[in-house]
Amino acid sequence: MSEPTVAPRAAGASSVVDSTIEAGLEVKVRSQWDYARRRFLRHRLAITGLTGLVIIFGAGIFANLIAPYSFSEIDLTNILHGPTTVGHHFFGTDEIGRDYFSRVIWGIRTSEEVGLVVAATSSLFGLLVGAVAGYYGGWIDNLLMRFTDLVLTLPALAILLTAAALLGQGSQWRTTFILAAFFWTGIARVVRGVFLSLREKEYVEAAKAAGAGDARIMFRHILPNTLGPIIVNGTLAVGIAIVTEAALSFLGFGIKPPTPSLGVLVAGAQTNPQQWWLTIFPGLTIVLIVLCVNFVGDGLRDALDPTQRRIRA
Amino acid sequence: MLEPILSIKNLAVEFKTDDGIVHAVDDITYDVFPGEMLGIVGESGSGKSVSTLSILGLIPQPPGRIVSGTALLKGRDLLKMKKKELRQVRGDEVAMIFQDPMTSLNPVLKVGFQLGEAIKTHYPKEPDDTVKTRVIDLLRLVGVPNPESRYHQYPHEFSGGMRQRAMIAMSIANSPSLLIADEPTTALDVTIQAQVLEVLSTVQQETNAATILITHDLGVVAEMCDRVLVMYAGRIVESGDVETIFRAPRHPYTIGLMDSLPKLTEDEEWLHPIPGAPPSLINRPSGCAFHPRCFLSQGRLQCREQVPVLHGVEGSEHRAACHFSDELIGRTSKFSHTVAEGAV
Amino acid sequence: MLTFIARRVLYSIPVLFVSTFLSFTFVSLAGNPTALLRQNPRIPLNTIHNIEIQNHLNRSIPVRYWFWLQDVFTHKLGKSLLTFQPIWPDITRTLGHTAQVICISESLAILLGVAVGIFSAIRQYSVFDYLFTSVSFLGYAMPTFWLALLLQILFVDIYLKWNVRIFYTSGLNNPHHGTWSLDRLQHIALPVMTLCIISFALYSRYMRASMLDVINSDYVRTARAKGLAEWRVIMRHIVRNALIPIVTVAALNLGGLLGGAIVTETVFSLDGIGYYFIQRLQAADLYAVMAYLVVTSVVIIVFNLIADVLYGFLDPRIRYE
Repeated sequence: MSEPTVAPRAAGASSVVDSTIEAGLEVKVRSQWDYARRRFLRHRLAITGLTGLVIIFGAGIFANLIAPYSFSEIDLTNILHGPTTVGHHFFGTDEIGRDYFSRVIWGIRTSEEVGLVVAATSSLFGLLVGAVAGYYGGWIDNLLMRFTDLVLTLPALAILLTAAALLGQGSQWRTTFILAAFFWTGIARVVRGVFLSLREKEYVEAAKAAGAGDARIMFRHILPNTLGPIIVNGTLAVGIAIVTEAALSFLGFGIKPPTPSLGVLVAGAQTNPQQWWLTIFPGLTIVLIVLCVNFVGDGLRDALDPTQRRIRA
Repeated sequence: MLEPILSIKNLAVEFKTDDGIVHAVDDITYDVFPGEMLGIVGESGSGKSVSTLSILGLIPQPPGRIVSGTALLKGRDLLKMKKKELRQVRGDEVAMIFQDPMTSLNPVLKVGFQLGEAIKTHYPKEPDDTVKTRVIDLLRLVGVPNPESRYHQYPHEFSGGMRQRAMIAMSIANSPSLLIADEPTTALDVTIQAQVLEVLSTVQQETNAATILITHDLGVVAEMCDRVLVMYAGRIVESGDVETIFRAPRHPYTIGLMDSLPKLTEDEEWLHPIPGAPPSLINRPSGCAFHPRCFLSQGRLQCREQVPVLHGVEGSEHRAACHFSDELIGRTSKFSHTVAEGAV
Repeated sequence: MLTFIARRVLYSIPVLFVSTFLSFTFVSLAGNPTALLRQNPRIPLNTIHNIEIQNHLNRSIPVRYWFWLQDVFTHKLGKSLLTFQPIWPDITRTLGHTAQVICISESLAILLGVAVGIFSAIRQYSVFDYLFTSVSFLGYAMPTFWLALLLQILFVDIYLKWNVRIFYTSGLNNPHHGTWSLDRLQHIALPVMTLCIISFALYSRYMRASMLDVINSDYVRTARAKGLAEWRVIMRHIVRNALIPIVTVAALNLGGLLGGAIVTETVFSLDGIGYYFIQRLQAADLYAVMAYLVVTSVVIIVFNLIADVLYGFLDPRIRYE
């Protein structure tokens, strides 16, 4: 993302060229990020997704301000109530009278913490590994790629479950760690691919000829081009991490009660299948989060992908 | 006077884009006569490809739209034909050769099959071995070595030049009366270019098809064509036979094009490109589209306000669209010597 | 072509060994197989000690792997350390049930997904396209366990309200009914639907994207310029090329499917290999867990191999690498 578009000019501007500008033939100079931002903003779905995410994640961040009750406040006089406006129980109550709306909101906070941290750390680690592998090639690349290939051949959920079972469960951060330790491989592959293809580009050769060192080339020339795929993959990883954590928690191997995560809530709802709100609300929240994340991810991909296909005139 | 095989009148094509309406082709009129090779020259965006793609219905019609005009192929208007009729014309009476042979052939189907497909589409009753023999003969005609074994190969096993030959073979499979070659050599190495052009020449002589050769390369035009049209910003700015145009061009753009070519036989210090940039086809300059870059215009009002019309210059067949083409009379291009020496 | 297949097979074999070794090491390092046994006060330490020696638990990991490998080939994955029963019969039985569910749901998902993807791409921006793109977005975002639960609750509700059993919501089949009986199909209908919907979303999305990629190719333009009928252009040139990446998608989806099987079998209490895995994991029955990981890895590797070969069959450019 280093070359801006500039209007071509003949050497030695003459009156002919000036009239070119007057005739409105010039192309405005815009940076690549400018173009990306404009493309993203034109994507209505992406904007909807972004708005949705801001609302939902915002609710999670400000959980202690928004949630009318704490997630563990028990009220045995009010068990298994359907959704109502009485007492602000918008999502009803569960089998020991806890306000479900609050529990869902706190659940959002847990899930979003897990999702964001997993995405961030796995992206960072994946970037480092992928950069080294892609740039230096040779046996480093081979080793790393064989490793990530192997990870791909393993059944993902089973490995995560086994890791959770063996390494300790229940804690939100243990689960985060396990997920991140698995997710970085995907990002490493993508980054490595980009580095590999860009390593051979002419401007890298030019930089080398001018005497630039390896680190400088990697940082100034190649890295900016990997930001696009990383941002896209990192965004989508948030959604995948949240769903995976929910699945782990649902099966009993992820986050355990009393910490509310959306998966834990759905699991708890299984004992009361007739009280539909117990199952629907946390699940619906997960679906909405993932939908919004995917919309935003798609929008980002459209905005940042330089290989956009345009109509041929 | 021979009857033209193809007669296009007042063709206009536009495209709807997010930034506005692109006027790709703006009111062009030309004829193609049997047996001749007509060159269409212009920069990218001049509308040279769109004009031929549109008459065959090969531009996507949602963003694209044929605004007006007629295109008479042996008397039948292509633009008024139903889809089924037009399909029968494509590949049979009119055939196209495209620019990039690397991507113009389906990579998962054998070459022989794809060539045979061209025949079987229009003559489904032909027995398979007849078709196969014809395909092999065609491959031999265009100079593909070992056509019998090449028949069973995939496109990625052919080199670039061979692929283009195969494309040419595919286009003449049904002996079309009109051949349209859209920048057939642009994607090839220079040495391969020469070979492919030779094949094109051979093929044209064999089939006596009228050929439209679209290119941005003046050298190719000089070598291959009988007549030439020069297009700029969707309009024709000059037309005539090759010798006249190269000897004495009468439109500032054509002159600019020729001047910008380096000449091997002269010592030049600097190259002389045409100043400025090709215009946006959404916001075209008023009047003559070339006036902002024109050395002849010198800011004159007529250039800025009136769209010049193609009118005859010294010979009746030589036409130019410039208000002041008369001022160019007596001027010879830097290629006039070459032309005189018959090197063209 | 044959050399291509041979090369792929040869490459897979070391992958198999390394993969199983990694699983083995991972599980062995992290857990003590006899931990649960030790907690049981009724089992004397002597017995535990004997068990340890019998299973070579006092040796190093590579040695243990070697013995375990022998067990795999001779004694069929050995015996569970907890129940002292052989593992293999359980695995084959449960794997068969899971395979039935997965095969049916995947076949349906691929057929429907590809068809919808084709139509969506041809009629881009139509109502059909928007409708199904939304459906696939939704299916993509839905967690498997939640969809399974919803279906279960729905059909339990139907039964409770109208006393009609359309589909069963738990268990594999009622006694004395065969593998392909109506009763069995009624039992596996809901898990099949769950997995099918999720996979369908994936396939229709990818097929549509692949079609759109191909539709603008130069060779499609050439085909039209030759005068081919539109349906021929679509089937012979566009779909034929657009299907190729789907093979890879299907192969890569297998891992996710097995995970989905774990979830659906748990929700619907099916006697499948996923349910078996969860139960053995909860009991910390390490050898059984290991057996599951190994078997599923083998299945995935074999299917990747098949996908590779199929890809080479469909795309001649790959064959000559």
